[in-house]
Amino acid sequence: MARIDVNHIRHSYLPNPKKDSDFALKEVHHNFEDGGAYALLGPSGCGKTTLLNIISGLLHPSHGQLLFNGRNVTNLSTQERNIAQVFQFPVIYDTMTVYDNLAFPLRNRRVQEADVDRKVRETLDMIDLASWAKKKARGLTADQKQKISLGRGLVRSDVNAILFDEPLTVIDPHMKWVLRSQLKQLHRRFGYTMVYVTHDQTEALTFADRVVVMYDGEIVQIGTPAELFERPRHTFVGYFIGSPGMNVLPVALEGRTAMLGSQRIELPGAPKAEAGAVELGIRPEYVRLGRDGMAVKISKVEDVGRHKVVRANLEGREIAAVIGEDDEVPAEPKVRFDPAGINIYADSWRVEMGA
Amino acid sequence: MEKTWNNKAWFLVLPMLVLVAFSAVIPLMTVVNYSVQDTFGNNVFFWAGTEWFEELLHSNRFWEAMARNLIFSFIILAIEVPLGIFIALNMPKKGWGVPVCLVLMALPLLIPWNVVGTIWQVFGRNDIGLLGYYVNALGIHYNYVQDKYDAWVTVIIMDVWHWTSLVVLLCYAGLVSIPDAFYQAAKIDGASRWAVFRYIQLPKMQRVLLIAVLLRFMDSFMIYTEPFVVTGGGPGNSTTFLSIDLVKTALGQFDLGPAAAMSLVYFLIILLLSWIFYTVMTNYDAER
Repeated sequence: MARIDVNHIRHSYLPNPKKDSDFALKEVHHNFEDGGAYALLGPSGCGKTTLLNIISGLLHPSHGQLLFNGRNVTNLSTQERNIAQVFQFPVIYDTMTVYDNLAFPLRNRRVQEADVDRKVRETLDMIDLASWAKKKARGLTADQKQKISLGRGLVRSDVNAILFDEPLTVIDPHMKWVLRSQLKQLHRRFGYTMVYVTHDQTEALTFADRVVVMYDGEIVQIGTPAELFERPRHTFVGYFIGSPGMNVLPVALEGRTAMLGSQRIELPGAPKAEAGAVELGIRPEYVRLGRDGMAVKISKVEDVGRHKVVRANLEGREIAAVIGEDDEVPAEPKVRFDPAGINIYADSWRVEMGA
Repeated sequence: MEKTWNNKAWFLVLPMLVLVAFSAVIPLMTVVNYSVQDTFGNNVFFWAGTEWFEELLHSNRFWEAMARNLIFSFIILAIEVPLGIFIALNMPKKGWGVPVCLVLMALPLLIPWNVVGTIWQVFGRNDIGLLGYYVNALGIHYNYVQDKYDAWVTVIIMDVWHWTSLVVLLCYAGLVSIPDAFYQAAKIDGASRWAVFRYIQLPKMQRVLLIAVLLRFMDSFMIYTEPFVVTGGGPGNSTTFLSIDLVKTALGQFDLGPAAAMSLVYFLIILLLSWIFYTVMTNYDAER
């Protein structure tokens, strides 16, 4: 296992990148701690797979360095980096048996056959496929195939990190839960450094200790699931995480007050916003629907099971609020914003609030 | 809604039935008819029973042509399949080289068979042929008209030149369908170039290869035009394959009965081989 330092890495798929927009990865500088479980979360095309492939060595970055435990591995091949990677679609060698599939990476590295056998049997137990060892791999289900892909990484005990590239895309929903908790278990038991790429927030938040949110080739926020939820650093994180996403409303500031149209909203502190477009972000969970506050017009109430999502119009802006399953919508609905949930953004980046 | 029950649907199939009847069934039955009769011209036929078949199966001429045909098919498969795989593996996967290679590969396939024969007939001549003249100038005695080994070499090289492209294109289609993730996973697993070929590329090409082998076997087993144009079946009978022999019997000697019997045996052999290939392929699919 290793600590992975991504040192000012930039990458472009074009031969001669000039503008910032030529880069698939604008500039990433981040340390993945030894034994950490990280999720790289972001929409399609944000550069998360590019970053993953740079770590595994399938891509060579245009600029910057990659360090494993302080050693520069930027110019080493994938094989020399000793990385395991699980891809979006299960990769299995379908002419081989399950056993041979797992033995393959070891045999390629000329490990003694006795050691191969021991390691493969251990790994088969870890991924619950011991009874399938003699079967041809091609007849397995998608989730079993994906476990084999994972197993080929686990079988090498000395891997520096295990990388996952949206590994659950082709897995049935009920198996997703099972596999995810098995991954989590493996992480706890063996302390692998794991980096997990996904565009599914549930997957990211349940799998990882720390979530790295990427947007447009950059890391916009790194934090625990709670931090991402309570204090999104960028309005993108607000939108992207949470269901429904954060309400973002353009406001004008007057000291400790935010002006939204004709409404005045008291803030918990005075934001230190110098210039730029100022916005107020509040998650639907902190919007209180009741008989006092700002008048809204309800457009739709969606019952999503455990709670209801109320879509309403406030000063010409669409906002969402979450209310309890049994809560009634008042006849003359009004909303208040819970100060604890208010964040202020200048040019889409969060600003701190003073006393 | 009430369902109507009548036989009108037959009218819809009728055009196809008529077409198949005229293009396949009637000609085949004519051949069957010829094969059990003898004629001395003037459309007078005598019943011959199984006589022609017995004669055919006891004739050395037939078995020699058959042996030549099998050897020929075996040799060209043994050259074209590995060579085709090798070329397909080395063709570019992206960039401007792809269309260039594909067009180059498709060119020999587009040339009519008799033209291929004519090209090689001239190419190999040792008075004016580019190949024949310079090979002889190098001191190697080469003359496909007189030497049967030279004739064989010419016919084989011609077939390899003409048809390896087909194997290449089929294999290439199989290769480009392999997702990148397989190669990436192989890198991560530390697989050697040989292991990548053996465990990723070959299994993915297996299906198209089977089709390539089937097509090339069928075609080479029925080969007629090219060797006929180049060697005319000679020198002697050394490049007389089944189809050439058949045409000689039917149109050269006008022995309709023996030729018909030969056609039927030939047809049954092809039918049998097609059935074997079909069974192997469907079994393979079921196993997947």
